[in-house]
Amino acid sequence: MTTGNPLGTLLPGAPPTSTRRLAWLNWKLAVGGSMVLAVVGLGLVGPLFWSTRLARPASSPPDLPPLWAHGGTAAHPLGTESLGRDILALLIVGGPASLRVGAIAAGVGLGVAMLLGFVAGYFGGWIDDVVRVLADAWVTIPALAVMVVLAATLSSITVGTEAFLLALFSWPMATRMLRSQMLSMRGRGYVKMARLSGLSNFSIMFREILPNMIPYVVASFVSAMAVAIMAATSLEALGLGPSQTPTLGLTIYYAIQGSALLRGMWWWWGLPLVLLVIIFSGLFIMSIGLDEVSNPRLKRYAQRARRRAPRRPARGTAGAGRSRTAVGSGVGTDQ
Amino acid sequence: MRLRGLSLRYVLRRLGTFALTIWLAASLIFVIPRLMAGNPVAAMVGKISLQSGSAANGNSAGLIAAWNARFGLNDPAIVQYLLFLKNSVTFNFGFSITDFPATVNQLIGAALPWTLALMFLATLISFVIGSAIGALMAWRGTPSVLRSILPFSLTFTAIPSFMLGLLLLYVFSYTLGWFPTSNAYDLGVTAGLNWPFLSSVIHHGVLPALTIVGASMGFWALSMRGMMVTIEGEDYMVLGEAKGLRPSRLFWRYRIRNAALPQVTSLALTLGSIISGQILVEYLFAYPGVGQLLYQGILNEDYVLVESIVFLLIVTTALAVLVLDLIYPLLDPRISYLREAPR
Repeated sequence: MTTGNPLGTLLPGAPPTSTRRLAWLNWKLAVGGSMVLAVVGLGLVGPLFWSTRLARPASSPPDLPPLWAHGGTAAHPLGTESLGRDILALLIVGGPASLRVGAIAAGVGLGVAMLLGFVAGYFGGWIDDVVRVLADAWVTIPALAVMVVLAATLSSITVGTEAFLLALFSWPMATRMLRSQMLSMRGRGYVKMARLSGLSNFSIMFREILPNMIPYVVASFVSAMAVAIMAATSLEALGLGPSQTPTLGLTIYYAIQGSALLRGMWWWWGLPLVLLVIIFSGLFIMSIGLDEVSNPRLKRYAQRARRRAPRRPARGTAGAGRSRTAVGSGVGTDQ
Repeated sequence: MRLRGLSLRYVLRRLGTFALTIWLAASLIFVIPRLMAGNPVAAMVGKISLQSGSAANGNSAGLIAAWNARFGLNDPAIVQYLLFLKNSVTFNFGFSITDFPATVNQLIGAALPWTLALMFLATLISFVIGSAIGALMAWRGTPSVLRSILPFSLTFTAIPSFMLGLLLLYVFSYTLGWFPTSNAYDLGVTAGLNWPFLSSVIHHGVLPALTIVGASMGFWALSMRGMMVTIEGEDYMVLGEAKGLRPSRLFWRYRIRNAALPQVTSLALTLGSIISGQILVEYLFAYPGVGQLLYQGILNEDYVLVESIVFLLIVTTALAVLVLDLIYPLLDPRISYLREAPR
């Protein structure tokens, strides 16, 4: 993890060499990634051992506690809820469904963000002005509030619709971040070389610069995914999510409606909560790990001998080293 | 007179962005439901006439008229859209569907003080505690015991606030019985400036506030830590140390003071999610604020109320961000939006 890029520190304009790949192997990325993969695995392996039909209402006897509590049975090891759904089946279906919503929303949002952010940062001028003002205006709209109106007005939404609505709000943060990275990449030596050798702007952006921006792109994706899942879960917990898919948020909504708190049925809301905590913590730890990859200052901080940092030109907002990780916003630096 | 660090051009551009935000949000609310559902307006008016008819309220014609005026149902889409914008921008929301004689503005007016008080207090506490944790995490002088404990305070940063709220509600209200499970004060006490009422309000406010603080302080901690790390590499730190300043002075006057100000920008950017998070917390604790009102609106399919509250939330957020952006150069002399920044 300490393997830096010796060439990069000597020549600030040099493209990252292949040793940079080793920087990806940091333990935070590994731990966070395996937490998320565990939930994916639950969705892949679970249906082989457990019938997901038990996630439907009235498929099981209601109100059973988990196996280890008094009155639990092995037929429903994690218990059942009041409408006769099996909690284990709900987790197997709901956990991956939450991840899928996040991945679709973040994927669509990031696609838009890459196009807009790259073009704005690379070309500058009026395109940059338009994109920047649009992203600045859009980023302050509280996504959940708008989603609440939309979901309440639309009679019933599907997981796909939900993901699409979330994507509407995931692109501005990523666009801001990718644009500012593109601004700093634009003047690098290898970009100038590529331009001199007559490559098209498109090739320079996506063949030359994009590979060097992978850490930022992945970081944007992970944080956009966390934000999207957070909004999706909140929406579902208000009873406004997709009603056909038993998502984790919907299960929590039913638990609140069914007074699970009052009746002491902790497994009804507690177990979906545990799975959500695993998902969110996994994504969160991943983005801290990615932050260290894309912002080596944070990584080197602990062991670094005090030396002068290169002075940065004064910009509008705060410094370049600010880490804005996961929750509620994008990852990394922005200007 | 020229304000420090603010050029007219910047202020105008910032005001333009503010207007654009409001317009975009209002348009999203208007356009998307009409793109996706067949004709929600017709369905809504059908619902209203049903409800007000069954309520046998002599005023129901007024309700229909208010709705017709708001949406101009027979007009072409573009006229409807412009009317919607005009009524939204002038805060002319009309009547609530379910609490019919009450206007939307009256309902929101009653709920707003609770929300503002809770949000202000919780955000302030969270800012102070979070920044302190972040500063200690970045500072070399922090005892190693403390250093290994601190990251655990960030546990709840990664999860939505209502999930922490569920946990607190279950443990402290339902299981231990230390705090009430709903509402903002005991129904038995009379509202006013007396001790029983105030203590009841505080007693009811502890858990919701704790939820918001617990869920948001990690954010402040992380961004504070990031700023402290950046400042560590600045020339003035080296100079300060070379001059032989006391470590405490370096910590407070050099590190903390310079790192705390950029947090204002972070506040501006996260305000939207703080407000959204509060909606869920109020719903969970049945706290009589705007979030709870919004949830009631959703339950009763009171679209007028829901749309109005959301529009207000958007305006509030955008306004707060605008104000923060404009006062920021006044707070932090290093920031200037002037074209040629004085060196």
